[in-house]
Amino acid sequence: MTDPIKRIKAPVRFEFTIGAGQTLSRFLAGLVEGRILGRRCPGCAKVYVPPRGACPTCALPAGDEVAVSDAGTVTTFCIVNVPFEGQTMKLPYVYASVLLDGADIPLLHLVNAPAEEARMGMRVRAEWAPPAERRPTLESIRWFSPTGEPDAPFDAFKEHL
Amino acid sequence: MSAARPGLTAPYVLEYTYRRSLGPVLGRFFAGLVDGRILGARTAAGRVLVPPAEYDPDTSEPVVELVDVGTAGAVVTWCWVAVPRPRHPLPRPFAWALVKLDGADTAILHAVDAVAPGRMTTGMRVQVRWRGERTGQMGDIVCFEPEAAR
Repeated sequence: MTDPIKRIKAPVRFEFTIGAGQTLSRFLAGLVEGRILGRRCPGCAKVYVPPRGACPTCALPAGDEVAVSDAGTVTTFCIVNVPFEGQTMKLPYVYASVLLDGADIPLLHLVNAPAEEARMGMRVRAEWAPPAERRPTLESIRWFSPTGEPDAPFDAFKEHL
Repeated sequence: MSAARPGLTAPYVLEYTYRRSLGPVLGRFFAGLVDGRILGARTAAGRVLVPPAEYDPDTSEPVVELVDVGTAGAVVTWCWVAVPRPRHPLPRPFAWALVKLDGADTAILHAVDAVAPGRMTTGMRVQVRWRGERTGQMGDIVCFEPEAAR
């Protein structure tokens, strides 16, 4: 009689093809050109970056395309201390919500600053990959780096957390 | 709205490469497969659960007794897979079925190699097709096949 089996492999694997849709596809194409494109809701006038096809609050189709700044303010952040497969940054590193100037919704991205310096209100600017290396992905922005400007006051972004 | 244009697409794989420890009950169940046996858990009320549960669902007591059940049984319910996916157990159309093995009170989920959906019926008799070289994993049962096939 065979001895009890101790372990088995029990992998779970899903293979998807993600369709970005037309709104997000335009945003991604903009990144190749070094531009960050949002869409303004015709109801509440909020600028979504990355853009959505429709405003989740007003349920209206997205309106005008709006180019926003590649500089912004860290609203919230986390410090990643846990290694995982495929990680490109040296631990610990900062992953933050960045409210770009002209946008109403923060964008999630890496912040290239020592973890102990990360703080709400920190001003940062995108560091772009060289034009030849840009692809329709957020990786065309390597990360955001501190600009050295004075921190934005909490009131400047408290409605956008 | 601009005229419809195809948007960007990208492959995306979500994978969890789990290995799991089995514990004393499932460890014996999988060892049984190596030996060409299928073991069920006998509960305090005398029901036989296949695959075995680690705890008696009626009393919550740990299961201690494993008993052999048959390697053939009846299809309780099934659905036809017309286009198998790459990692499905069979490379041709097959049925996923719940099979209640002889001597068992619950059914086990596995593939039935029935070739055509017209050959599948609820209540049909099926038997295990064992893998030649068995290592103690669910794939030691290649699939079930209609009993008349042998």
